[in-house]
Amino acid sequence: MSSVLAVPIDEARDHLQGATDAPITLVEYGDYECPFCGQAFPLVKELQRELATQMRFIYRQLPLTQLHPHAGRAAYAAEAAGLQGKFWQMHDLLYDNQGSLYDASLVMYGDVIGLNLQQFVKDMESPEVAERVTADFLGGIRSGVNGTPCFFVNGRRYDGPYTYSGLRQALTDASGVQV
Amino acid sequence: MNKNPLPIGTPAPDFTLHDSPDQTLSLADFKGQPVVIIFYPADFSPDCGDQLSIFNEVLPYFQHHRSQVLGISVDNVWSHLAFAHDRNLHFPLLSDFHPKGAAAGLYNAYNEETGTTERAIYVIDANGLVAWGFIASSPVNPGANGALEVLEALSRGTPEPIQ
Repeated sequence: MSSVLAVPIDEARDHLQGATDAPITLVEYGDYECPFCGQAFPLVKELQRELATQMRFIYRQLPLTQLHPHAGRAAYAAEAAGLQGKFWQMHDLLYDNQGSLYDASLVMYGDVIGLNLQQFVKDMESPEVAERVTADFLGGIRSGVNGTPCFFVNGRRYDGPYTYSGLRQALTDASGVQV
Repeated sequence: MNKNPLPIGTPAPDFTLHDSPDQTLSLADFKGQPVVIIFYPADFSPDCGDQLSIFNEVLPYFQHHRSQVLGISVDNVWSHLAFAHDRNLHFPLLSDFHPKGAAAGLYNAYNEETGTTERAIYVIDANGLVAWGFIASSPVNPGANGALEVLEALSRGTPEPIQ
């Protein structure tokens, strides 16, 4: 059964941090209400700090809406913020506030990061944003996502522990391999 | 020890297991539609993104192919009821409790050492034959893509178009 990233990185579409030509690509499929994704959030930041220009990080939506009732709306909020060029600001606020992902909170976060709120709320309800999240979700499923968070290092699913050292080792091992 | 799943084309062994304290389900109940059987080690495993939650989220796509999804572990029905409620699962969990692991054993999916079911997935076609089987050789949860691809292939092969 495949555990290889099925959807290639698309710089025009993906939410990407870091140099586009970095030798190491880390993709995360995540759920804003998942506590394990919450624990991974500072680990990713630390890896980004340490690996700097060596790594680019892509985040894609995989809300487990049956398990986490607010995860779907939170994903919509992040993508709607992205339409106004502020995906990462919203992304960070969501993971910093996993206990407050109610609709009123999402609007407040939009206000905090300076979004046009009328447009934000409209975009959150739009078919485009819903389709984007669904496309991320299905792409993740087809890539062999087996839980959240799910990391792909240079296109291969990471099956190690969600620890700093585990991820760091996988990224180091991958640094000589191009996918 | 690497375990091999039942070969493709094998008639899927029937079983009758409790999905609630006073009701049972048999594989034969689902003749005429594909069945996806997910063997998993235990209820309440620590990850929120365990394989059942992934399958639960993808469930509409499995239902699109008219398939029935079943989860099986050796836990008793009360644990299953609590677990299904906790994870908001929308497919039955069957209790392979007594005789312990007997149904899983028919599918080479019972671990005698640990006394739990393996991480294994089978797709049974509408005629009751094994269309695909997977038994994890390492303690890594399988994803849902294998089963989904098999169902899509089965749907393409059927004479009637899937609505």
